[in-house]
Amino acid sequence: MFKTLIIMKILVCISNVPDTTSKITFTDNNTAFNSNGIQYIINPYDEIALAKAVELAEGGNASVTVINVGDQSTEPTIRKALAVGADEAVRINAAPRDAWFVANQIANYVKENPVDLILTGRESIDYNGTQVTAIVAELLNLPSVSIAKKLTINNNEATIEREIEGGKEVVSTSLPVVVGTAEGVAEPKIPNMRGIMSARTKPLNVIEPIDVTVLSKITGYESPTPRGAVTLVDAGNVDELVNLLHSKAKVI
Amino acid sequence: MSILVYVENIEGDFKKSAFEVVSYAKAIADQTGDSLTAISIGQVADENLSKLGNYGASKVLNVQNEQLKNFVNKAYGSILAEAAKSEQAKVVVLSNSFSGKGLAPRIATKLNAALADGAIELPEISGDTFKLKKSAFSSKAFATEELTTAVKVIAVNPNSYEVKETGGSATIESFTPSLNQDDFSVIVKEIVRATDKISLPEAEIVVSAGRGLKGPENWGIIEELAEVLGAATACSKPVSDADWRPHSEHVGQTGIVVSPNLYIAIGISGAIQHLAGVSSSKTIVVINKDPEAPFFKVADYGIVGDAFEVVPKLTEALKKFKNS
Ligand SMILES: Cc1cc2nc3c(=O)[nH]c(=O)nc-3n(C[C@H](O)[C@H](O)[C@H](O)COP(=O)(O)OP(=O)(O)OC[C@H]3O[C@@H](n4cnc5c(N)ncnc54)[C@H](O)[C@@H]3O)c2cc1C
Repeated sequence: MFKTLIIMKILVCISNVPDTTSKITFTDNNTAFNSNGIQYIINPYDEIALAKAVELAEGGNASVTVINVGDQSTEPTIRKALAVGADEAVRINAAPRDAWFVANQIANYVKENPVDLILTGRESIDYNGTQVTAIVAELLNLPSVSIAKKLTINNNEATIEREIEGGKEVVSTSLPVVVGTAEGVAEPKIPNMRGIMSARTKPLNVIEPIDVTVLSKITGYESPTPRGAVTLVDAGNVDELVNLLHSKAKVI
Repeated sequence: MSILVYVENIEGDFKKSAFEVVSYAKAIADQTGDSLTAISIGQVADENLSKLGNYGASKVLNVQNEQLKNFVNKAYGSILAEAAKSEQAKVVVLSNSFSGKGLAPRIATKLNAALADGAIELPEISGDTFKLKKSAFSSKAFATEELTTAVKVIAVNPNSYEVKETGGSATIESFTPSLNQDDFSVIVKEIVRATDKISLPEAEIVVSAGRGLKGPENWGIIEELAEVLGAATACSKPVSDADWRPHSEHVGQTGIVVSPNLYIAIGISGAIQHLAGVSSSKTIVVINKDPEAPFFKVADYGIVGDAFEVVPKLTEALKKFKNS
């Protein structure tokens, strides 16, 4: 018996963010992020999305494209995604200005290159928006789930567990769907030597951006005010801590 | 013109974050001189809806429909955008809850509105320009965002704005949106909610433990401490990675960001990625046997000691305090 092979097309949206150990400082009178000496990585939540896509493609019945909206400096991050196992990459040649701008670029790409599954990370760890997932979905008139903890695909149907306050919710929908992945969906993958070698020759297509009006802008940054010195309480005197929390900190 | 606030219910009840967003929206309405309309979707009794008046809503739109019993972001987004238009809302406020995060971008897209998500303070308003402070770089910084679109959407972080009772009252009106069947392609199969557990993002007190606890069998002392305090429990990343605790308890840069009044960190070293998710807590207490643990540098109070000895004693002392 012959089985018709249906290849599922997966698009993984990745952003290029400062390494999690980065010290965050600003320049230009606190109006711009100081990228001096910063190491960039694939956003950790996007690594989960990528790992899931690569997992789904393991049997050979899915193809994985990564897309990044960024200038040329993001290419090492994109190559890393290819090393992890994506088949090809697309870079929309523009510095990301806000979530609306990024989501419009991605949605525009998908309109011209339809896919079955769009994965994003639940949020990026730089601006901490959780916007791209649902804006892309809205622009494409697709269903979406923003904070997914589990994802399984069976034929044309996705079953997704999402986080809710104090619990979880299980939903299902038919493809295509946009899913924002959080911890639990997959374990991030570390590229192996073969992956790194083959990533060099995998296609990375550069596409020019479309015009999008930016809706919001960041006018300034602040660093959090440091806390005062710690008040140490003797381990044998926990009553003292209770007292401090009650009468000084007023939190109990 | 008006301000529209969406209030989320959980099985027919409003939680604290619902009153927080109404109070927040009321403060904006007072500044702009607009009236405040609240909107609720789902099966909520009138007596619960009328409570919203006490936080500043003058009108409550009630959307009740069997099909809308469960949250579906696409459908709820359409309804809220429709209500915003019919109420001529210039600002839509909602909670930056797990559901809110999937909903706010849809509303903003439909209304051509700028969206500020994760707002932690009231906006600074001058004419049509709103400036809003939000946490960025996983709480390592704050960013001020400027919104200039005619309509604006603001998603407020839980626990960042104080509930204020106004003593007012609200009229309840039913609102019948036009439903688009295409919006219901996501089907809710199951909802599991541990009703005895306090939701982590909204908790006022969080008791959190790390690898210093040695193994999942030792979490009894953490749960007992949390219980006397009425606190939610949390953990560091390696703890949930090792499946000692569920992922839903993992706080930090790649987990949940919390900002409770009191965060108690037990057997957690205080790695930069952990601190990123907890540093906006109002008071931080650290219990660690290593006096050099980095967490002490960002703590308000600390005890250098063995968690297995200190924590049960603290629980006892708190019991005594609560009963006195
Ligand atoms: C990309 C990336 C993202 C990350 N994201 C997160 C995140 O979101 N959240 C997070 O938490 N981590 C995160 N991490 C991991 C982080 O770097 C640390 O490894 C982690 O926070 C350490 O967890 P811990 O403090 O529980 O364990 P450890 O660092 O092993 O610390 C255990 C502590 O317990 C103390 N201790 C031991 N025994 C006792 C005892 N009997 N009594 C009292 N104290 C005791 C020790 O002194 C020590 O300080 C991330 C890392 C990376 C690379």
